[in-house]
Amino acid sequence: MNTDVSVSKIKINSASAWWNSVKRNWYMFSRNKISVVGLVGVILVVLIAILPQYIAPFPEHAAAFTNFGDANLPPNSEYLLGTDSTGRDVLSRIIFSFRGALTMGVGVILIAAPIGVIMGLFAGYFSGRFISSVIMRIVDIFLSLPSLVLALAVSAILSPTLFNSMMAITVSWWAWYARLVYGTASSVRNEYYVKSAELLGASRAHIIFREILPNCWSVILTKMTLDMGVVILMGASLSFVGLGAQPPQPDLGTMVSEGYKLLPNSWWLTIFPAAAIMLIVLSFNLFGDGIGDMLKTKEE
Amino acid sequence: MHGIKYIIKRLAWSIVVLLGLSVLIFVIARVIPGDPASMALGPTASEEAKELFRKENNLDEPLPVQYIYWLGDAVKGDFGKSTHTKRPVSQDIKELLPATVELIILAAALEIIIGIGLGILSASKPGGMLDNSVRVTSYLGIATPSFVWGILFMLVFSYWTGLLPTVGRLTRGITPPRTITGLFVFDGLLTGNFEAAWDTFKHIIMPGTALALTGIAQTARMTRSSMVDNMDKDFVASEIASGIPKRKVISLYVLRPSSIPVVSIIALDIAAMLGNAFMVEQVFSYPGVSKYCLAAILNKDLNAIVGVVMVIGIAFLLVNIFVDIMSAFLDPRIRLKENSA
Repeated sequence: MNTDVSVSKIKINSASAWWNSVKRNWYMFSRNKISVVGLVGVILVVLIAILPQYIAPFPEHAAAFTNFGDANLPPNSEYLLGTDSTGRDVLSRIIFSFRGALTMGVGVILIAAPIGVIMGLFAGYFSGRFISSVIMRIVDIFLSLPSLVLALAVSAILSPTLFNSMMAITVSWWAWYARLVYGTASSVRNEYYVKSAELLGASRAHIIFREILPNCWSVILTKMTLDMGVVILMGASLSFVGLGAQPPQPDLGTMVSEGYKLLPNSWWLTIFPAAAIMLIVLSFNLFGDGIGDMLKTKEE
Repeated sequence: MHGIKYIIKRLAWSIVVLLGLSVLIFVIARVIPGDPASMALGPTASEEAKELFRKENNLDEPLPVQYIYWLGDAVKGDFGKSTHTKRPVSQDIKELLPATVELIILAAALEIIIGIGLGILSASKPGGMLDNSVRVTSYLGIATPSFVWGILFMLVFSYWTGLLPTVGRLTRGITPPRTITGLFVFDGLLTGNFEAAWDTFKHIIMPGTALALTGIAQTARMTRSSMVDNMDKDFVASEIASGIPKRKVISLYVLRPSSIPVVSIIALDIAAMLGNAFMVEQVFSYPGVSKYCLAAILNKDLNAIVGVVMVIGIAFLLVNIFVDIMSAFLDPRIRLKENSA
């Protein structure tokens, strides 16, 4: 009976402690109004990506659709951002392309970060030994080319799809996480609490994941949020040159590359998708900066 | 003395990395699905012709042996024949590389001059009008892909106002300058062909600026924050307290320690430019090595891809070595650490 009460008390305490830490983090994050603007932008982008069919005025225009009667119209009251050469609503196509852009960012980071983090942790744990220098030399080789060039070279051998361009960017991306985590891990490796855990007979897995990894979380999280914008931008670049999602699937980079050939006449086909790329990347960059600042102040 | 030893060590290590990179790229190029012989000769080629092609290109040997053959040729500067231009890849690269180098030099110069300049001006009055407007514009600069800048410039400066030419490197009908460096602006000025120099400059100013904008934004932000950090240090307070004018303190004592992170961000930006040049050269139909490589990628022309990627890898390593040497020169702590190690 008694024990039951104390257990529920502890639960309440930990819940309120959790709530307090959320409040504290929010206070630190929201001190910078620009970060809050970024957060609002990110929420909007995510909502559009999840629910395009309820937001887009003409959901059926996202696929291969023709209505030549309304082709090449400049922005007007019916089609707010104009129509393309087969009469599809540009606004609806932009709204439907958010999902692909977001999938690209999240997918690349969720594959590249764990691979890089584990490589970095191992190299850091075995720092000074042969295996560590082998891992870090491989990392050096992957970083000896600009990421976009390596991604282009890899996508050259794959057929152009959204998934393959994600893979191509991942190949050029994991090494950054490995180098980042290696830096922190190898310096933490020689701290006394790691040494003492070792002397107490803790397993390798315990030391790597419970003693060393927690020290790396803040740099990893900061890099992950800041990378969202960068990866989405790279994805747009790949599809701009025809190595991303293929028509009729709506994609911002593809829309820009199809539109700019029709400049200066049908300018709305280029300007609005380009502005959408800017807005998505800008939101994630502002949000990422805010998270980075928050984690930095917390550490200090 | 120590400096030379450090540079030699760095160069030797770069050769190892380059070998690794060549293995990586070679493997990527060989796992491509499809038969290279029928891709190069076309679907109508006879079985004997394909057999001969495989023999000539050592494609019947195991992969490691193929790599050794390839490496032996590559060291001599021979990357094989391009299947879509039907010419030796090294010759194509030799003709197209100067155009890209010219673009990157212009972009890097813009980044260094404007980026550092704006950063210093922002840092000298943090929170001021200029500082705030630079911050807002730099967010936009970083969030916009360079090909979008290129398209916007083209719309404004070519289509709407007609100030600048849209595509290419030189207007048809103007004689290109005699080749000395391969950079048309330099060669034009050196040989007195001012018409060609001015015309090329008008062609590269838009793609060059489009390439530089992200870098300008990042350099300005990094210069600003690094200088503001250093201006909070005690040595600056003591210098100002002892009556040295603020302008002199900044130029003599704050600028140098602040420039170390700036130098490394510039290197990263130049690397990004090597990648973004692919998109920008495409937008402006600029006859450079990136546009060539992009065509090779879309045509699955393996020799050309491997050749260009290796050249970009070498360029990137050279930039990195230069940056390491610059940082060692700027920061005595790095120099001392290297010497004691």
